[in-house]
Amino acid sequence: MQPIISFSHVSKRYPGGFEALHEVSLDIAPGQMVFITGHSGAGKSTMLKLIAGIERATSGMVLVNGQNVSAMKPAAIPYLRRNLGLVFQDQKLLYDRSVFDNVMLPLLVTGQPHREAARRARAALDKVGLLDREKANPIALSGGEQQRLCIARAVVNRPSILIADEPTASLDVDYARTIMEMFLSFHQVGVTLLVATHDQGTIERMQPRRVALDHGKLSPDSTAEASP
Amino acid sequence: MKAWLRHHRQSLVQTAARLAGAPFSSLLSVLVIGIALALPLGGYSLLVNMQGYVEGLAADPEISVFMSSEASKSDVAEVGRRLKELGGIKSLRFVPRDVALAGLKKTPGFADAVATLKNNPLPDAYIVALASRDPDLAARIEETLRALPRVTHVQSDMGWVQRVEAWLRVGRTGVMLLAAMLSFALVAATFNTIRLQILTQRSEIEVAKLIGATDSFICRPFFYFGAALGVLGGSAALAMVWGAFALLNLDVAKLASLYTSDFRLRFLEAADAVSLVAFSAVLGWLGAFLSVSRHLAQIEPR
Repeated sequence: MQPIISFSHVSKRYPGGFEALHEVSLDIAPGQMVFITGHSGAGKSTMLKLIAGIERATSGMVLVNGQNVSAMKPAAIPYLRRNLGLVFQDQKLLYDRSVFDNVMLPLLVTGQPHREAARRARAALDKVGLLDREKANPIALSGGEQQRLCIARAVVNRPSILIADEPTASLDVDYARTIMEMFLSFHQVGVTLLVATHDQGTIERMQPRRVALDHGKLSPDSTAEASP
Repeated sequence: MKAWLRHHRQSLVQTAARLAGAPFSSLLSVLVIGIALALPLGGYSLLVNMQGYVEGLAADPEISVFMSSEASKSDVAEVGRRLKELGGIKSLRFVPRDVALAGLKKTPGFADAVATLKNNPLPDAYIVALASRDPDLAARIEETLRALPRVTHVQSDMGWVQRVEAWLRVGRTGVMLLAAMLSFALVAATFNTIRLQILTQRSEIEVAKLIGATDSFICRPFFYFGAALGVLGGSAALAMVWGAFALLNLDVAKLASLYTSDFRLRFLEAADAVSLVAFSAVLGWLGAFLSVSRHLAQIEPR
């Protein structure tokens, strides 16, 4: 099967000379669950940013759905991102509007009719268990709830790829487990899942495919497939 | 297409919400633009009024032709005949010296002086009304009239009309310059307002970019906002000038009644008012466009 995400000889050097990724090559099949692990500064976030077109590779090629992201015109980037659900460690929620309106934003961007958009936003909120908080301001939510809201916003457009950068880093164990189970449920309905994390407990429990990075290079700890 | 229209509607709603969300600063921006526009607008309206007044006075420019007091009846008749043959003339009126004196006797303040006169010092005169306000024609006819026999004096009222028109031209150029300068001020005011807005909405813009919003989706509300500021500012300028004229007209009415005139300052025509608002909307849009293209690229998600 054609990979949904493909890195070939990708290097990324930031201005100032720091090389975050060095000659990384790997393929991710549609529907795979992949955890990217490694020490901080190993290049996990950089990998995810290259996929979303937030950063551009210095050399090599990043293909998403067969399109070369590193050579994409700036005007095409928004359409790439509409296929991706992005979850950030620092959530990036908007505190000037309600929980509901935060989830509505991606639907407004793609121009959904209001009624249909509202229905889908509520469905997404329901999936993460925040339906009864839709009128609240995100600032009133706990850390775990804010992360769940971020997930609802990421999945409301039904992306084929869900990307999460350290989604559980600032959460305690129970919250982290809930969040990871949510990701698992999206994986089970066929969404390709990429999570950067160094939460060893989750990795052992969920047995995903592992991409281990060490100083910007793929380490031998990586696995090509999920463990059986 | 439907989605595109829907987004335009959303942008409009959002613009209204942003204006209403910060009523005080919106009001200040609108006032700044309004005052900047009211100055040239007021000047322009005054000029239009004066122009109308002058044109009303000089609708039919006249040239008075005074005969020599030694001219005989046949000389006068001869000049009259030749005047009738002249082209470019609308009407011709003969004022015999007796009639002129009788008229002067009726004029308050002159009656006593005229009574002391032993004989009539006034000459016979023709009053020639020109067919058009063309200054060249007037000059040519004036020249011809001077050359007629037994004509001592030719007086045209085109002279002062031309002088007033020259003054009005100077005024018009001044108003144009003022308008040009204050248009820059208007663009700068919107530029800065939009810049502040972009800065306060930094996180919203960043998030919108991350979830796949196109640049035009992000820019459109700012363009609408700039144009809305222009429309409101232009309307504020109209209201200010209208108010000022209403106030001035109270005094103008008294002044005019002293001159037995019913002259009033007239407000702009509807078409002029609409084009002013449209012009100011375009300037507001331009300010927003410059500001957005300058500042939006600086906000990229990290």
